[in-house]
Amino acid sequence: MAIQTEDPRVIEFDVRTDEMLVNMGPQHPSTHGVLRLLLRTDGEVVHECTPHIGYLHRCAEKIGENLAGPQWIPYTDRMDYLAGMNMNLGMSLAYEKLLGMELPEKAVTLRVIIAELGRIASHLVGMGAYGLDLGSFSPFLYAFREREIILDLFEEVCGARLTYSYLTIGGATHDLPGMIEIPPGLAALTGKSPNTRMTWTDATLLFLEHLEDRIREYHTLLTNNSIFIKRTAGIGIMPAEMAISYGCSGPVLRGSGVDLDLRRDGEPIYTRMYDGYNYRIPVPPFDEAPPEVVVGDNWCRFYVRMLEVVESIGLVRQSLAKYPSTEGTYRVPFKMNTKLPKDECYLETECPRGQMGFYLVGNGQAEPLRARAKSSCFCNLSITGPLCKGVLLADVPAVVGSLDIVMGEIDR
Amino acid sequence: MTVSEIHARLVDKFGSDAIPALNTEAIDHWVEVAADRMAEVAEFLKQDEALQFDNLTDLCGVDYFAADPKQLKKLDHEPHVEVVYQLYSFPLKHRCTVKVKLPRWKNDEEGVLPEVPSVAHIWAIADWHERETFDLMGIRFLNHPNLSRILCPDDWVGHALRKDYEFPLEYHGIRGM
Repeated sequence: MAIQTEDPRVIEFDVRTDEMLVNMGPQHPSTHGVLRLLLRTDGEVVHECTPHIGYLHRCAEKIGENLAGPQWIPYTDRMDYLAGMNMNLGMSLAYEKLLGMELPEKAVTLRVIIAELGRIASHLVGMGAYGLDLGSFSPFLYAFREREIILDLFEEVCGARLTYSYLTIGGATHDLPGMIEIPPGLAALTGKSPNTRMTWTDATLLFLEHLEDRIREYHTLLTNNSIFIKRTAGIGIMPAEMAISYGCSGPVLRGSGVDLDLRRDGEPIYTRMYDGYNYRIPVPPFDEAPPEVVVGDNWCRFYVRMLEVVESIGLVRQSLAKYPSTEGTYRVPFKMNTKLPKDECYLETECPRGQMGFYLVGNGQAEPLRARAKSSCFCNLSITGPLCKGVLLADVPAVVGSLDIVMGEIDR
Repeated sequence: MTVSEIHARLVDKFGSDAIPALNTEAIDHWVEVAADRMAEVAEFLKQDEALQFDNLTDLCGVDYFAADPKQLKKLDHEPHVEVVYQLYSFPLKHRCTVKVKLPRWKNDEEGVLPEVPSVAHIWAIADWHERETFDLMGIRFLNHPNLSRILCPDDWVGHALRKDYEFPLEYHGIRGM
C-alpha cells in the first residue's frame, strides 16, 4: 500500500496539471544500473510506474547449459557483481547438493569468512549508494573507502577485486594466504607503516576492529540525520503480506517485519555452515527507531542492512577464531568432466540482496540440461510498480534505492 | 509436511487424474499436476489450512530435448517441456516442488506454443516469472494479465532457452555471430 498524497488539484486548484509520461533511465544515475522506469505522473505525483528491464540480458542460463560447473562460475560473478563471492557460494552449493558431496570442516569455515566479508562489502555499497540517491554524497565515498580495504583483502586471497571465482565446487580454489603486506587503505586507517607485514587473518581482524567505529559514523551521518529520516521514514511502505506475495527476500523482506533468514531457516546443506555461530537476525520493529518510522518503509530496509553489517563482523570474527584449529583441507578435488547424475535439485542461499536460487537438471553429462539462476532482485524489483503508486516523483529514487538492486543479477 | 503427505492430500481433493505423479527418488521430491487443472490446484495449495504455500520462490521452464540426434537418443524420456514451481510456506516452514508437463508444441504443430493456466492472481510474483518463462522458454500462460516479453525486445524471434533455438544472424541490421 503506497502513501496516499492528497490530490494536487485540491491543494493548488489554480494550477492545472496534465498527465504526463516520464521516462526515467535506462541510464539515470539514480536507477542503480540500466533500469528504465516509465512513470505516468500528474504534477509531482506518480500514478503509475512500470519498470522495464532486460538491457543487460546476456543469456547466462543458456551459457550455463553448455558449460561444466567450474566453467560457469565466472558467469555467476558477473550476475551480482557487487557480491560475487556469495554468488559463487550459492552456485557451488547447488552443484554439491546435486552431486551429494561432503565438504571438510575447514572448507566450510573458510566459506563463512569469505561469504560474510562479501556481505559486508555489498551492504556498504547498498548503504552508501542509498545516501547518494537522497543527495548526500559523503557517505558514498566513505562506504567505498571501507569497501576498498575488503577488496584489497580479497585481492590477496584470489587475485581479483570484482569477479573472484574463488569459492568453487568442493571448497575454494586456494587456501587463505599467510603473510601479506598491509593493504594501503588499512595502513592509512590504522596509522601503521605501509611496509608492515602481517598475516591475512590479523589484517582482517585489524580492519574489523576499525570498521565498527566507522559504522557509528554512518549512523550519525545517515540513520539519525533528520533530513534522511524525513526522506525515508513512512515512504514506500511494504506490508508483510504484500512482500511475501511478491516473493521479496533478504533485507527487503525482513524490513517488512518477516523473520526469515536462510542462514538459519534454509536447507541443511547451507545452514550447516552457520551451525554453532552466535548471531542475531535484525527484524523491525526497532526500539531505537525514530517515531516517524513505520514497519516496512524505506528506513527499515536501510537499517536492517546496517545492523546486518554488525552481525557479519561478529560472524567473521568467530569463524577466523575457529579457522586455524579446524580439520581437513580447504578443498575436495573436483574434475571438470565429472558427470552429473540424472537428477535435479533446487537450492537457495542468503545472498546480501536476498534469496538467490539455483536450479540444476543433470542428464548424465558434465553439462547440465538446465541451469537456472533465480534472481532475488528480480522479485524485489517487481514490487516497484505497486510501491511507487501515489508517491512523489522525488521519492521514486528513494523507493527504488531502498530495494538495493543490481541490474546484472536481474537480467542475467 | 512431507511431499508424500502433500501429494496424498492433493489426490484426496482433486483425484489422481489431476495429480498424475509423485517422485520421491529425486533429491527434491516433486508432485506432478495436470496442465489444465494447475490454476485450481495452486489456489488450493495457497488457501488450504494444512498447506499454506504463500510464497512462490521460483517458477521456471525446462526443455527436455536435445537438438543433436545422437544426444536425443541418449535421453531416457520423451521430448517435452516442464514448468517447475518451487513453493515455500512461511507459517509452516515446508517446501514442495510442483511440476506441470507439457508437449513441446501444442497439438504437435511445430511453432504453436503449449499452454498452461497462469497463477499470477494467486502469487503476485508469478506475473514476472511467467513473462520470463514465456520469453525465454516459449510457454503460453492463459489468463495472464500482460503476457509480453520481459528480457528480450518485443520483436525478438524465437525463444532462447529452447534446445533447438537457432541464434539469429542479424537483428535490425546488427550482425550476430
